[in-house]
Amino acid sequence: MTPLATVDYSEAWWIQIIKGIIIFAIGLQIVPIVLIAERKLLGRFQGRYGPNRVGPYGLIQPLADIVKLLGKEQSRPNTSIGPLYILAPTISIMTAVATFAIIPFGDTPHIFGTKVGLYGVDVSIGPLYIFALSAIAFYGLMLGGWASGSKYSFLGAMRAAAQLISYEVSQGLALVGVLITAGTLSLTKIVYAQEGMWYIVPQLAGFLIFLVAAFAETNRAPFDLAEADAELVGGYNTEYGGGRFASYYFAEYLNVVVVSGVATTLFLGGWLIPGWTQQPAWTDPFVVLFKMTLFVIFFIWIRATLPRLRYDQLMSFGWKILLPLATLNTLITAIVVVAVHG
Amino acid sequence: MSPAPGSAARWSPGDDQIEVQRAPEPGGAGGAYRAFGETLRGLKTTLARVIEGVNTIQYPEQKVAVYPRFRGRHKLHRFEDSGDGGGQAGLEKCVGCSLCAAACPADCIRVVAAENTPEMRVSAGERYAAVYEINMSRCIFCGYCEVACPFDAITMGHDYELSDYTRGDLIFTKEMLLAEPLDASPLRAEGE
Repeated sequence: MTPLATVDYSEAWWIQIIKGIIIFAIGLQIVPIVLIAERKLLGRFQGRYGPNRVGPYGLIQPLADIVKLLGKEQSRPNTSIGPLYILAPTISIMTAVATFAIIPFGDTPHIFGTKVGLYGVDVSIGPLYIFALSAIAFYGLMLGGWASGSKYSFLGAMRAAAQLISYEVSQGLALVGVLITAGTLSLTKIVYAQEGMWYIVPQLAGFLIFLVAAFAETNRAPFDLAEADAELVGGYNTEYGGGRFASYYFAEYLNVVVVSGVATTLFLGGWLIPGWTQQPAWTDPFVVLFKMTLFVIFFIWIRATLPRLRYDQLMSFGWKILLPLATLNTLITAIVVVAVHG
Repeated sequence: MSPAPGSAARWSPGDDQIEVQRAPEPGGAGGAYRAFGETLRGLKTTLARVIEGVNTIQYPEQKVAVYPRFRGRHKLHRFEDSGDGGGQAGLEKCVGCSLCAAACPADCIRVVAAENTPEMRVSAGERYAAVYEINMSRCIFCGYCEVACPFDAITMGHDYELSDYTRGDLIFTKEMLLAEPLDASPLRAEGE
């Protein structure tokens, strides 16, 4: 029986464990940084400072937030369904962390004489893995909203489900163009396929569609209908508090980081810098992190700018504009690739 | 627009007619294009706020300067030393006439007057205010007391940080009103 997916290069088991811990640790460290960066930048975009009281320049603010949330009582409504209510945030956080595993931060340099891949695992089905996990991630929101036993949570969860269906399709189709051009599903090989030119240039339409769909996927403004504080109090996480709310919050921001990583890998050439052929291997992770930072800043910039869409606008935009565009993009890319490579 | 035949008497809007400029209908390729352009314009607007800088005044450290006629916490005054050896220097201006209390719409001033004696001369007039209290939790800072005072004994100062933990602490006594405020609020410069 042939396996469904193969792994390109894998190290000894103990290196894999160390790598897993390091990636998890880095992922955990990035989230508070994104938290404070978002609040500071949002402030700047609105002509104010943002948090600047806790620690130097307010940099310890996320720590204070997390400590406050974790110190709170874990309560749940009488109408909620206990096991699902507890399970839901765990699903959200688990899928976010799992997606983080396949983002490549570099190739396979030799560290202390051992060949180590700077990624969790290099699977031959990279984008499929991402989509599988982001589809599961919505179970976190949906179960959370359903199990809370509250109308606001329920409405938020329904919106989240509708949003998933609308935007997952477009996002997938937007990536097909990249995959056709690269001819591979392995994320490291996709990065190497961009050695001549980043895919943002030939796949600009795909990139824009992916970006818009990414906002919807991560439940960020202007597609944050699932939480819509103004109408739904907090959407699916209305009834959550304390550590469970912190998990949802954590998952949301980690998703932003992960989507930035995916966009960097697929469209901005991962760790590659055009015209720099003698790039030392130790710079790779920093180049990736820098490009991811640009995306995160763009996410925050958009949040500071655009108002939330109405529900029907969201739906008609997803189905009537994004999906046809993504289909057209895929079609044209396929024709061009066939015409050029015969 | 020509009137329909046979209806010459029909009223024509003429100069009163206003052409309303309407945005193009949303939807379609043009709508998407315009939406994209407007999004970029919005991004430009928010980025301009970053470049413009921060407008926040960090309140406890920085304070907004008040105008000279700002009505803050009241002050009671004494006669200053005029330098000519006059006997009035250091005496309170308030003569305990209670006109301020009568003028007060919030009824927050309480004055109890007493007679000056040669041994204990407090004010320049015949009588003085033995008790002069302003309940700051009731005061609406209208400044009528200042207007009513015939001797300019009470004026509105510039202090606006009056919060306290108990209501009792908000009843300002004569000694508190006579004393200079601890930290005077910054005053706005001329023409600022």
